[in-house]
Amino acid sequence: MPNKTFFWFFLPTGLAMILFIGLPIISTGIQSFYAQHDQVVKEVKKCDPFGCTVSIVVDQEATSILRDEKPLGKFNGFGTYVDRNHLAIEQISDFWKETDSFGEFINQVTNLPFYKALLFTLTYCLFVTPNVLLLGFIIALSLNAISRKIRGPLIFGTILPMIVTPLVGSLVLFWMIDAEGIIGANLQLMMEDPYLSLKSSRTLTWITIIIYGIWHHSPFAFVVFYAALQTVPQEPVEAAIIDGASRYQRIRHIVLPHIYPVVTFVALISLMDNFRVFEPIIGFSAEGSAQSLSWLIYDNLVNEEVILFGSAAATSMMTIIGIAILLAPVLIRTWKEFRTAR
Amino acid sequence: MEYGLDKRSNALKTFNTTFIIIWLLIACFPFIWTFWGSFKVRADFFSRADWWYAISAFNTLLETGGQFTSKAYSEAWTEGEFWKASRNTIIVTVFVVSISLFLGTLGAYALSRSTERYAFWILIAALIFRAMPHITLVSGYLFPFFELQIWGILPTTIVVLVAINQPFTLWLLYSFFKTVPKELDESALIDGCSYFQAFRYIIMPVMWPGVITAGLFSLMLAYNDFTVTALLLNQENHTMVPKIQSYLGTNQHEGNLMWAVSAVVSATAPLFMLVMFFQRQVISGLTTGAVKG
Repeated sequence: MPNKTFFWFFLPTGLAMILFIGLPIISTGIQSFYAQHDQVVKEVKKCDPFGCTVSIVVDQEATSILRDEKPLGKFNGFGTYVDRNHLAIEQISDFWKETDSFGEFINQVTNLPFYKALLFTLTYCLFVTPNVLLLGFIIALSLNAISRKIRGPLIFGTILPMIVTPLVGSLVLFWMIDAEGIIGANLQLMMEDPYLSLKSSRTLTWITIIIYGIWHHSPFAFVVFYAALQTVPQEPVEAAIIDGASRYQRIRHIVLPHIYPVVTFVALISLMDNFRVFEPIIGFSAEGSAQSLSWLIYDNLVNEEVILFGSAAATSMMTIIGIAILLAPVLIRTWKEFRTAR
Repeated sequence: MEYGLDKRSNALKTFNTTFIIIWLLIACFPFIWTFWGSFKVRADFFSRADWWYAISAFNTLLETGGQFTSKAYSEAWTEGEFWKASRNTIIVTVFVVSISLFLGTLGAYALSRSTERYAFWILIAALIFRAMPHITLVSGYLFPFFELQIWGILPTTIVVLVAINQPFTLWLLYSFFKTVPKELDESALIDGCSYFQAFRYIIMPVMWPGVITAGLFSLMLAYNDFTVTALLLNQENHTMVPKIQSYLGTNQHEGNLMWAVSAVVSATAPLFMLVMFFQRQVISGLTTGAVKG
């Protein structure tokens, strides 16, 4: 296809992506170097018969003029990145000096908002992704062994958790697991602990959200694996059966190598999706004990008094860097394949 | 995989069936339970006293005189203004699907027929864009949109959702276009068609399965979106998902939680029916992206 034709065909979608994905990333980058204005204060001298006092009050008018003139805020350089709510360099070096043991140091650091969120996000990724792969693969294997006639409805039932939006999915589970819901109430009965509830413990909240993540993402892994299983060649499997390979050996040495590229694909996609975990935290109203990076950004953006653009942008940039680190191995591999293919 | 040689023991068969049944229960029961509970009053579905009330409908009988009540639905749709939210969702979904299919088919066709090096790089860039968390993009939008005074209205959200959706649509349609043999449009070109005519009259007619799949995914993205719609739309223009969240936040109302329950059912039902109808396309979409991409 000539370059000119390509240009006109690709222009609309290219423009949409540059304007609404490329530019916002740059805009986020610029915003992250600015912080909202401090309030302008003025000294007011008040005199009464007993003498004069000087008090400091906020000059509302001057503040709003300043805000209108420079809506982006004041230039802050990397100030937002290193402040207490983000990388907290100062606090960490303080902790390092003050704390006696390494465990205590880690404990202090993971209480800082950014590191707390990072810890949750990474834990979520670490537990959800492998379990999603495993559960998806097992469901695919066992559905594959069921009679073809009833597979259609079974597949429909299996993919339900995936097609609802995460907010709805987590709400539906939350209403059952909550202390007043069917599972929560029965757990209280069984454990004979009337105060047992999701919100009471941080560990329980984390486990619930991780279970939700596995429930929500497994169907995706299932669908991809199921489709890949249909393409496994029959002959080597039959040969293996004749040679006396056990079921496990057949899966381990014939099926798995065949679907290996698909496994990396699913792992990558689900890692990317898990890294942006956000809606379940709202669905489970778990803000108190579980915060993710995306949730931090959301929290800054819905701030009641003044939207913290700079703070949200700084967290966003660091999230993007995180994504880049996750994607780097794949990109490097694709680049190498591309080089050798040419 | 049903092999003549592969003899399954009965124990394995039973185990397999049990596993599938348990999994299906885990996957579907929450939805069935919510559907069932949406026809009860709050004191039954969220019962402090006894969870069995949700089944025996103790309070529902007391309050309404029947086993089932559609009070939550009628209130949410009228008083809760869920009708407005669903109208907005329909507007957003229709526009997002049609615009992103239009842009996506053109772009993906060009990508699939180009042999240049830049086509590869564009696809990689699209993959990177696909990985961006939506909330980071939203934090980039908010400030410029406030300044330009285009925040809060439906058209802005539609354009943003189209753009966010493009990378995935491009990849999906690209792999579908790759399966259409090049000879088809080449012969049309030799016969004197322009590229656009070849695309419009030769390629598009055989591309319907791919277009339907891509359309379904755009639809699911637009319909299900929370991050973008919650932050870029004002109260008045909220679509269904942010509306459901707003029912949760305001706890002054006794009935609000039940509004959320009935709204969840109302929002999920059309989606389930759609997927039931187009199940084959959904699965082929997920797998073409995987096997070829």
